[in-house]
Amino acid sequence: MASLHLNAATTAPSQHTKYPIVTGTSVLGLRYDGGVMVAADTLCSYGSMAKYKDARRIRTVGPATLLGASGEYSDFQSIMDMLEGMEQQNDNFDDGHSTDAQQTHSYLRAVMYQRRSKMNPLWNDLVVAGPNFLGLVDKIGTTYTDNFIATGFGSYLAIPILRKKWRPTMSEGEARGLLEDCLKVLFYRDCRALNRIQIAKVTEEGGAVVSEPYEIETDWSAASFATTKGGLEGDGGW
Amino acid sequence: MSEFTASETPESIAPPPAGFSFENVKRNAAISASGTTGAYTQAKAMKTGTTIVGTIFKGGVVLGADTRATGDTTVCDKNCEKIHYMAPNIYCCGAGTAADTEKTTELIASQLELLRMSTKTQSRIVTACTLLKRMLFRYQGHVSAALVLGGCDINGPHVYQIYPHGSTGKLPYTTMGSGSLAAMSVFESEWKEDMTEDEAKGLVERAITAGIFNDLGSGSNCDTCVIRMDGSIQMNRGALKENPVEPLRDAIKRSDRFNFPRGTTAVLSTEFVAHKTKGLSLDDVDVVTMDTN
Repeated sequence: MASLHLNAATTAPSQHTKYPIVTGTSVLGLRYDGGVMVAADTLCSYGSMAKYKDARRIRTVGPATLLGASGEYSDFQSIMDMLEGMEQQNDNFDDGHSTDAQQTHSYLRAVMYQRRSKMNPLWNDLVVAGPNFLGLVDKIGTTYTDNFIATGFGSYLAIPILRKKWRPTMSEGEARGLLEDCLKVLFYRDCRALNRIQIAKVTEEGGAVVSEPYEIETDWSAASFATTKGGLEGDGGW
Repeated sequence: MSEFTASETPESIAPPPAGFSFENVKRNAAISASGTTGAYTQAKAMKTGTTIVGTIFKGGVVLGADTRATGDTTVCDKNCEKIHYMAPNIYCCGAGTAADTEKTTELIASQLELLRMSTKTQSRIVTACTLLKRMLFRYQGHVSAALVLGGCDINGPHVYQIYPHGSTGKLPYTTMGSGSLAAMSVFESEWKEDMTEDEAKGLVERAITAGIFNDLGSGSNCDTCVIRMDGSIQMNRGALKENPVEPLRDAIKRSDRFNFPRGTTAVLSTEFVAHKTKGLSLDDVDVVTMDTN
């Protein structure tokens, strides 16, 4: 009996990330008088489907660091596993030290650049925040620190607003109002955004805290959108 | 492809011969001609990069634009005019290829004028919009003109957005160009129904400023144009000049070697000849009375 040969070579599946599948959109961060605030919506999209409406894209790392992620959610979970492992090692050592935000930022930069150099990136743009630190690490290992940060669509829609309205002496209430305003504009104009958001803050005294998700008010009622002027049918387009 | 790949190994690369090297010309021509998808195409210099906006207010329309014209990454024109005349009551901002926006708006402006002559009626904005979109659709997007059309007619104030492929939208406010997201972020934060003229002008200026400072394709000054329901127009070329070039020019220190005082070159003689204007004047003609018998 002839034996069955597989003449066509079977190829293993690609082990290099070429595109993200489940994605989060913009993350915003800003410094205020007393600490740093990070904000993001709670949506993870599956392509053009709004699949996970309660995704937590901002998490605490240790007692006083916040990490917000846009991009591939599974890569964010993998990064969290890595960082939580490091936190556990710190706790086990029990010498009173833990990794601070600046150190987490540097560590993530090394990780992201190494993965990029192997052509297998962790497909995320990360915002790292500490009581007196705010920085970004992107999927190819670019890093910078600034008084306000935005990823994704936020760079186009939120940064102009932040550049205009940010002050170093902003109070917590003002900072939150400004971030909510930016997230509202993002909900209007980013197809992959949601109006259910989380705001997180990290301060010297209180450590890192992430709020529960809540909905922001949006206004679609402008009469000019609802009724056409001049009795003309439709929106003038077809 | 084999004749175009380097056959030498790194160790045996010979130093290039002196003078110009045209070895890539043949290769580029062959690649362009081969018709393979994604093949190398010569970069064309064209103007992209603009922030243009339009909004209605209680009593009219305000249009705004930046004034930077770019060719790839060079600023070709630091103070170009992007708000084009279409009709006495209609103006149009243009983004995309400069020649396309200029000529398209000129063409439709001329068609509107002929129509006004034959109908003896004021042009309507929907007419301008229809003429523009029919032309642009015919060219299937090859005429790269993205327009914000605005004006006031018998039916009220109108703002339209027109895309290069010919689709249109009629909206209370809109932004186009590479700086459109920066400008739209300002509009979405601050626009409200039934603004006054000053509020609308201020909002337009802030939106264009956001584009100028946050988008690399936009820059220099902000131009605005107010078109009111009563028919009056206020064209503000250089409404906001936040990037003045004069202080930079004045800061350049030129060597005194180039400040030649009068008399450095010896003057041997002077002669003054009055400038002769084009054409005849009465001085050139001897007036003779006509014999009318």
